[in-house]
Amino acid sequence: MSDHHAHDAHDFQHHVRRYLFVFWALIVGTIITVGAWYVKLDSMALTVAIALLIASVKAFLVAGYFMHLISEKKMIYGILAATAFFFAGMMYLIVWGRDQVPQGTIHLGSRDTFQTPGSPSKAAH
Amino acid sequence: MEIPYVVQPRQDTGLYNAKVGIWLFLASEVMLFGALFSSYIILRIGAAPGEWPVGLLNVWIGMGNTLVLITSSITVVLAWASLKMNNFAKFKVYQGFTILLAMTFVVIKSFEYTDKFTHYEVVLQDNTIYDGHLKERTPTHVVIHGHKVEHGRHAEGEAHGSKTPHTDIRIERAQIKKMENYGPWHNTYLAIYFTLTALHALHVIGGAVVIGYLWGPGSKLWKTDPERFTNRIEISGLFWHFVDLVWIFLFPVLYLL
Repeated sequence: MSDHHAHDAHDFQHHVRRYLFVFWALIVGTIITVGAWYVKLDSMALTVAIALLIASVKAFLVAGYFMHLISEKKMIYGILAATAFFFAGMMYLIVWGRDQVPQGTIHLGSRDTFQTPGSPSKAAH
Repeated sequence: MEIPYVVQPRQDTGLYNAKVGIWLFLASEVMLFGALFSSYIILRIGAAPGEWPVGLLNVWIGMGNTLVLITSSITVVLAWASLKMNNFAKFKVYQGFTILLAMTFVVIKSFEYTDKFTHYEVVLQDNTIYDGHLKERTPTHVVIHGHKVEHGRHAEGEAHGSKTPHTDIRIERAQIKKMENYGPWHNTYLAIYFTLTALHALHVIGGAVVIGYLWGPGSKLWKTDPERFTNRIEISGLFWHFVDLVWIFLFPVLYLL
């Protein structure tokens, strides 16, 4: 029993080092995300791409290592595959139907800054 | 009758009951937050260029809360690893920090909310707009600490604090056509911001309550059934990491873009 615990403890020391590495990677990822926003890149698309790319890498690290998905059982992967399928379906349906948003659902700030009819917003159709 | 696979995993799946249960629950959570995220996307892309409010939130506070949650994620996983290494004292320390960090997150969030509920946009009868924090409210006048808004501009850049000088502005009640704070009713962005962050904060509070119970009275189980207790910590940890995961996307989406 004590041998078993000693083996476990040694194994987990290795895991702990990995967790700490992931932790520092998450901190650095956060700093880079805010840094990219702070320097105000010319391209908004690039800012969005950087922010979402870093968020995805951070999400992979948390899910993969902290939640142990990198070495999980098949059944969990099955549950997640079904989730991903339905999530993607939901996103697709919503983005697909974005031109069908009823008029008047987009309200931004005071009435002085309201969209005028015929302006290029897709929401106005 | 004894319930099977409470501690030991089933041979065919390699999983104990609670692990399957938490992942099914997290799958439903993905759909819940996914629906709200897709609502955000449709509102964001539906807004005309330049019309989506930017700079309403303080990025440094958001970044601070991100760091708090990331740190709580490492303390949760280290608490579980401590139990795996048969070190209950270390578990107590790490999980104690997790609870403190969860409380820190909620307190910071409450300051952010308070800031929004005391931040007003005042439209006068002549359509002049003033924007700032309410300092005084009487039956005859209000005083806000803020600035006059140029036509068509919102509170952009206010979070940086330096773009527009702020002064105390006294406004007579009779002059006011409309006065509204930056609550969820103010505009679409704030509506989705409050919905997403309040739902997330509820998850933080719920997770902290469970972790707090397992840290306090629930930890007695360690003495009688350590393996089962370790499994419970793993399950609560999985939920906590999911909460962190959601915030990883909420932060850039709501604060930066």
